[in-house]
Amino acid sequence: MRLVAEGLGMERGGTELFSGLSIALEQGEGLAVTGSNGTGKSTLLRILAQLLRPSAGSARIIRGDGADCHNALHYLGPLNAMKDQLTASENLKFWSGHLAPYERTGAIDLHEALDAVQLAHVAEIPFGYLSTGQKRRIAIARLLCVHRPVWLVDEPTSGLDATSGRLFATLAASHLASGGILVAATHLPLGIDGLKSLQLGQGAPA
Amino acid sequence: MKALIAREFKIAMRAGSGALTGLLFFLAVIAVIPFGVGPDMKLLARIGPAILWIGALLASLLGLDRLFQIDREDGSLDLMLSGQDDLSLSLIVFAKALSHWLVTVLPLVVAAPVLGLIMNMEPLAIGAATLTLLVGTPAITFIGAVGAAVTVALPRGGLLVSVLILPLVIPVLIFGVSATLGAIEDPAPFLAPFLILCALTLFFAVLGTLAAAFTLRESA
Repeated sequence: MRLVAEGLGMERGGTELFSGLSIALEQGEGLAVTGSNGTGKSTLLRILAQLLRPSAGSARIIRGDGADCHNALHYLGPLNAMKDQLTASENLKFWSGHLAPYERTGAIDLHEALDAVQLAHVAEIPFGYLSTGQKRRIAIARLLCVHRPVWLVDEPTSGLDATSGRLFATLAASHLASGGILVAATHLPLGIDGLKSLQLGQGAPA
Repeated sequence: MKALIAREFKIAMRAGSGALTGLLFFLAVIAVIPFGVGPDMKLLARIGPAILWIGALLASLLGLDRLFQIDREDGSLDLMLSGQDDLSLSLIVFAKALSHWLVTVLPLVVAAPVLGLIMNMEPLAIGAATLTLLVGTPAITFIGAVGAAVTVALPRGGLLVSVLILPLVIPVLIFGVSATLGAIEDPAPFLAPFLILCALTLFFAVLGTLAAAFTLRESA
């Protein structure tokens, strides 16, 4: 399992966001993408998640046997992808049925995932009633419900308090320790040790 | 796919989903027609099938723009698109369109017999109109899915969806009404327009689904 991007370049609205960007991550490696607003952090993540086509270069997730694979990545975008009308556990149950796991092993069930983000007590409350930070933690629990080795997370700790931020750092660190790959776009330090770093927007006018 | 349909049902049953907007619109349109046309019972009975069809057509256009937009706004659409091959994306689109039809258009078909009474229609005419609506309205939803996919990124795309797909749903309206009239009036054939109506639904269930999936992929 490797995440490889070669010569990535992206233009949006006629301006070049970045060009000639290369990333290579092996199992157990994480990358923190930093940079000020508008430098293309989210765009880079969307390219890696295959939601956007880059204007140059390519990004792939390659299995051990050299084949491309579709179901190896979790994308946690700025939005939580949960329905307000459904309860937290209904939302998680839907996604864990809908997203095909990469491997059968390694996933934990819904209740354990809710325990892991310390939100077992709000499982039966409609998602729309939860606070911003609780919503984000439910969205993080989705990453645990289905085992996929590559996590692409966009500002994962936005809206989280300091304790929950550390909780995410612990979860991400154990994901890396179990051979996962993490790419995080963030402007806050995540508190995860041993991340590589990539700064976007250097050389651009301030 | 079953899980997706079950989820759409659950959302529709809970507060704030707006699933019944179309039904209320349909009721409103059909309820005012007799007042506008006047107390000519024969005329009402004659135009009844056409009015039911036009009402159901317009009512089923309402809310179509939300088909994918609602998933785009909360980020669900990204997860549905990311890491899916074309076949499973098409299945997702099919399930979304089917559940949209079940939740918002099927109630119109169920209400049609009652509204047929308001239009002074014969039992046979009511039966024919309901049957043709049942068979024909899925085609409208599947064509509408393409419009909904095209306008998914537009915040006020509602009217645009209707305008985009209206020319494409005209054949459904023509064959729906002519099959209904064929069942009531003697020289006119029923089976031929009815089978064409079935064919339209089957055809657009495939083409609409594939086109909407392709459009969603490209507009991401």
